[in-house]
Amino acid sequence: MESYKLTVHEIWNLVNKREISIKELVRDVIERIDSTERQIGSFITFNWDEALYQAETLDTLISEESDSSKLAGIPLGVEDNICTLDIRTTSASRMLENFTPPYDASVVEKLKQCHSIILGKLNMDEFGMGSSTQNSAFKVTKNPWNLHKVAGGAAGGGAAAVAADQVFCAIGSDSSGCLRQPAAFCGVVGFKPTYGLVSRFGLVTSAPSLEQVGCITKDVTDCAYVLEEIAFYDSKDSTSIKDDSCGYLGYLVDGIRGLKIGIPREIFDESWDPDIRACIDRSIEILKNLGAEIIDITLPHFKYATASQFIIMCCESSSNLARYDGIKYGKRARDVNDLEELYCKTRSQGFGQEVKERIMLGNLFLSRQYYDSHYKKALKIRELLRNDFRKAYEKCHLILTPTSPILAYDLSNETNLSVTTNYSKRYTLLANLTGIPAISIPCGFSEEGLPVGIQFMADTFKEGTLLKVAYTFERNTDYHMKRAMKLEVTE
Amino acid sequence: MKYQTVVGLEIHVELKTQSKMFCSCSTAFGGQPNSQCCPVCLGMPGALPVINRRAVELAIKTGLALNCKISEYNTMDRKNYFYPDLPKAYQTTQQYHPICKDGYLDIEIDGKKKRIGITRIHLEEDAGKLIHDTDNSRSLIDYNRAGVPLIEIVTEPHIGSSDEAVAFLDELRKILLYLEVSDCKMQEGSLRCDVNLSIKPQGQTKLGTRTEMKNLNSFRAVQRAIKNEAQRQKTVLEAGGEVLQETRRWDDLKDESIAMREKHEADDYRYFQDPDLMPFLIDSNMIEDIKNNMPELPAQKRERFVSEYGLPEYDAGILTSSREMADFFELSVKLYDEKKGAKAAKTVSNWLMGELMRLTKELGVELQDLKLSPSLLVGLLKLIDQGVISGSMAKDVFDEMCQSGKEPDKIVEEKGFRQISDIDQLRDIVREVIQENPKSISDYKAGKKKAFGYLVGQTMKKTKGKANPQLVNKILQDEINK
Repeated sequence: MESYKLTVHEIWNLVNKREISIKELVRDVIERIDSTERQIGSFITFNWDEALYQAETLDTLISEESDSSKLAGIPLGVEDNICTLDIRTTSASRMLENFTPPYDASVVEKLKQCHSIILGKLNMDEFGMGSSTQNSAFKVTKNPWNLHKVAGGAAGGGAAAVAADQVFCAIGSDSSGCLRQPAAFCGVVGFKPTYGLVSRFGLVTSAPSLEQVGCITKDVTDCAYVLEEIAFYDSKDSTSIKDDSCGYLGYLVDGIRGLKIGIPREIFDESWDPDIRACIDRSIEILKNLGAEIIDITLPHFKYATASQFIIMCCESSSNLARYDGIKYGKRARDVNDLEELYCKTRSQGFGQEVKERIMLGNLFLSRQYYDSHYKKALKIRELLRNDFRKAYEKCHLILTPTSPILAYDLSNETNLSVTTNYSKRYTLLANLTGIPAISIPCGFSEEGLPVGIQFMADTFKEGTLLKVAYTFERNTDYHMKRAMKLEVTE
Repeated sequence: MKYQTVVGLEIHVELKTQSKMFCSCSTAFGGQPNSQCCPVCLGMPGALPVINRRAVELAIKTGLALNCKISEYNTMDRKNYFYPDLPKAYQTTQQYHPICKDGYLDIEIDGKKKRIGITRIHLEEDAGKLIHDTDNSRSLIDYNRAGVPLIEIVTEPHIGSSDEAVAFLDELRKILLYLEVSDCKMQEGSLRCDVNLSIKPQGQTKLGTRTEMKNLNSFRAVQRAIKNEAQRQKTVLEAGGEVLQETRRWDDLKDESIAMREKHEADDYRYFQDPDLMPFLIDSNMIEDIKNNMPELPAQKRERFVSEYGLPEYDAGILTSSREMADFFELSVKLYDEKKGAKAAKTVSNWLMGELMRLTKELGVELQDLKLSPSLLVGLLKLIDQGVISGSMAKDVFDEMCQSGKEPDKIVEEKGFRQISDIDQLRDIVREVIQENPKSISDYKAGKKKAFGYLVGQTMKKTKGKANPQLVNKILQDEINK
């Protein structure tokens, strides 16, 4: 049985009806990974032995538990910047190549309580810095729809793995669109919750104020299933927020009549890939037909957002990545004569080019000379942008944009990818700057068959509204049903 | 030229909390190296800090005692620099919004009051400790101290001499101990003081270039270092030189400071607000709560001891030097005399300032290390009042009592210290003494008053010191005048 093609909610039904065993499921999925991984490259570390061992006991366990989680027995992948007890966690960096955490991230602890099965750790751009998963120190992840194209990033491993049916969902993090942009490039659902809704404890982050743990799934229902489990208050994370508005499954209803969807003028006036423009225009028509009201809104400070996000990201990274100094854990350079040399060599050898550049820029922006003109100004823009959104949400329930103005692009050997980085995430990073929730779902294909994503953003803690519109759109379209066919023929 | 010394202090105080600033690891001193650590205080990837509420409360408490404004809006900021004892490569501190500001502490110097301004008090975390194993040419790190909560108290440059600095530190230390904010053990590093010092020609308003002195491990070191540094700067200036802005390390053994590094403008810690810790608000309810639970502070207690017990200022100062001593005093007076009369108070005070201070000094211990209790002391005082023992006997009983904790009358019994107060028995002895010393009697009658003392002494000697001296005086008088 090709059970790997199913979704989480389909599996849940089958498991409940005893039509499939977890053991079978895990074997199917591992076989699928085995036959596709060489082409895709979505994993850094496998956890198959543990997964198979877990599957042995889960079938009885789940049948005995009356209220087992919707994620019980679901094989999934965890991005390699989320700490997993006794499983190597590298953040795709040479610096942490041999780092095995003695603790679980809070979100992983929760997945384990749900009896989810962690199949392995997913590839990403080093420390989340990049947009194409070409910045991984270990491998490049390729787009399952076209192996010559990038999967997007930083969580390209997760998006590609879900798109290629290697896992049913991926847990990862999003600091500028790192889940949504690759989800759009790979034709799956990428979701970034409100800042503070999901614990960041154990997330190896570079930009703590921007980054939020979220998920990549095959459809919107699965997204709600995952969110239902990973959203919880965690006393170990000072930025975690107590929010009782869960019950996300209740928002999976078809019906958006009267819902006001805002179209930001500044974004729609920009130039996008024509195929994307066509997909978005068609999507707006679909939403109108479903009863949504489309209204023009404005985000006056949008034009400063990319720079502001980049500056904040660099500044926080320069400080957050300083702990990788060769003293306590991770890589330590050999043949050094003194402390200074130990620091310099360790960090020169351990970090990739993109990471080094951002650290240097961050240190510059935070220095006495540039603090006011760069870092402080970026924070001001962030506040102005929050205001823009506040005003916009007085007029509409949701804001719609393409997830990215460009399609998945060609794999390249270029090392400096900052330009494309910022460009492909200029619409997604708005949610990171302002802390609001956002989702990317498939909304069509380009002429050459590459997926296109549409992004919805809602006000803080309005995850429900996001899920409702995404679910309704999905129910009335079939883009999410298409699979990356090319992979069917392998070897 | 006459120079004026200008000193500002930066005092680091380890807070007396059970757990560290951002995690639940123990803060106990002296544990096995690296036995009190976790992913958070080791700066492991992905570990996040959660602020210790108790540390915040202790900082507010200190701020209130030092007459500071308590900030409503607080942030924690990162001070970025590389050093192996700093696991995250940044220290979490309060650069932009310190918890307390604009306070002062009054000190007394040569009987005159002086007000020393407190610029700020901020919360931060301690670093670990490097241990240099020179034999094996390697360095080891103990992270037990990493993340221990600290407050840094920064004064205005209002201190004009080494005596003022010590008076300030002494008063501050007393307050911190009273508040139970810290145990203030300089030798264990729970109280550390850096001295910022400059000198300027008398009368000039513009401040001179200052140096910062570190590694001052005792009040004495602070005192010596200030004197030494003021003199050094004076010598430099008088030789036509220029004082460099630098950090100097005090060497207590050599009694001199050595330049560590020049403070460059380039020292840039790239401070910014810690995104892992949300700004926190301190509301007036929290401040009120802490205010209502504040103990009486040393200065208030001192004044009250003078007005309530009629004690001399000097006594009040010594008796309030620690909360334990003050409490001991008050309890003893109450037990001794329900009306807490001035006479009773002075008697207790004399014993505490005299015998107790002598004994603690001799033994090198603190009051709380002795087995003495107010009821034991009062028991002893009552034995004296009843004439059971003499004052000099009482001193022996006191020493014994402090170390064994035995009731004073029991000690008197055991040692046969009981005073002879039987008039007939004493009269017989006195008569014997008179018979044996006819010369002294005639001397006395001839006007040599000193002879009387000799006769008293002889009587005491015969009774091995047990005779009630007042009675001996009276009987001797009577017998000679017969």
